[in-house]
Amino acid sequence: MTCTEFLALLDDVIDDSLTPEVRAEFEQHLGRCGHCEVILNTTRKTIEIYRSHEIYDLPTGLRDRLHSAIMARCKKGC
Amino acid sequence: MSTIQPIAGELEPHPDVALVDRVRGGDVSAYDTLVRKYDRQIFRIAQHITQNREDAEDVMQDAFLKAYQKLDQFQGNSKFYTWLVRIAVNESLMRLRKRRTGKMVSIDEDIETEEGSVPRDLADWAPDPEQNYNQAELAEILRKTIQGLPQGFRIVFVLRDVEGLSTEETAETLGLSIPAVKSRLLRARLQLRERLSRYFRRKKGSEK
Repeated sequence: MTCTEFLALLDDVIDDSLTPEVRAEFEQHLGRCGHCEVILNTTRKTIEIYRSHEIYDLPTGLRDRLHSAIMARCKKGC
Repeated sequence: MSTIQPIAGELEPHPDVALVDRVRGGDVSAYDTLVRKYDRQIFRIAQHITQNREDAEDVMQDAFLKAYQKLDQFQGNSKFYTWLVRIAVNESLMRLRKRRTGKMVSIDEDIETEEGSVPRDLADWAPDPEQNYNQAELAEILRKTIQGLPQGFRIVFVLRDVEGLSTEETAETLGLSIPAVKSRLLRARLQLRERLSRYFRRKKGSEK
């Protein structure tokens, strides 16, 4: 497997949707290519960081205000 | 109002189906539950697309009101959440068009970029890179980095990786083919990784 082929499969690895045969080839490449290992690990970390950090929070006060406005209009039939 | 049929092949109907049925039967309080359940996600998605807090507030309200008005059109062959997200994405894009005074805005905007498609920064990251920044600094880095992505990549990454929609749901929500979602997701992930590397790479001379 080349680095380009590795890259084409990156999402399938991250999403755990490789067949066992392709996964074995992938692991083999990973074992001897430090660059691809870095790319895989840092891409995984990128996703994890965005998943675990709230970058646009909805403060309770604003949430309550928006919620009341929505429900008041729904009760009136919008 | 008609009753929603459970999605074919699913043994247990999604809990939202019962809530939607109650709303259709005139129980507005059930809609209250649905709003509380998804308001944060809808607000986040709107803010990611519009990149403006006031617009995101308006989009959130408009999306929930529109969903309420159109509830009869919800077929139940997709999840209520996916259906709601589609409304919110459309409302967000409409809001952007207004802000840009009628200029066309679509999820296909600016995607003809090759940046990040081939990784250039191959340096490894520090073991826990986020530890080097306080919460506010980190949030700023993450915001700035994702805001720099082309719109069409950013929406796919947010729906798929942040909000947890499947590839199929993301494709359905955005009106894209599955290969298009996959291609955009890969490029979004690689571009974000490349950009974050500037902040998170292992410092020269550090022990670990």
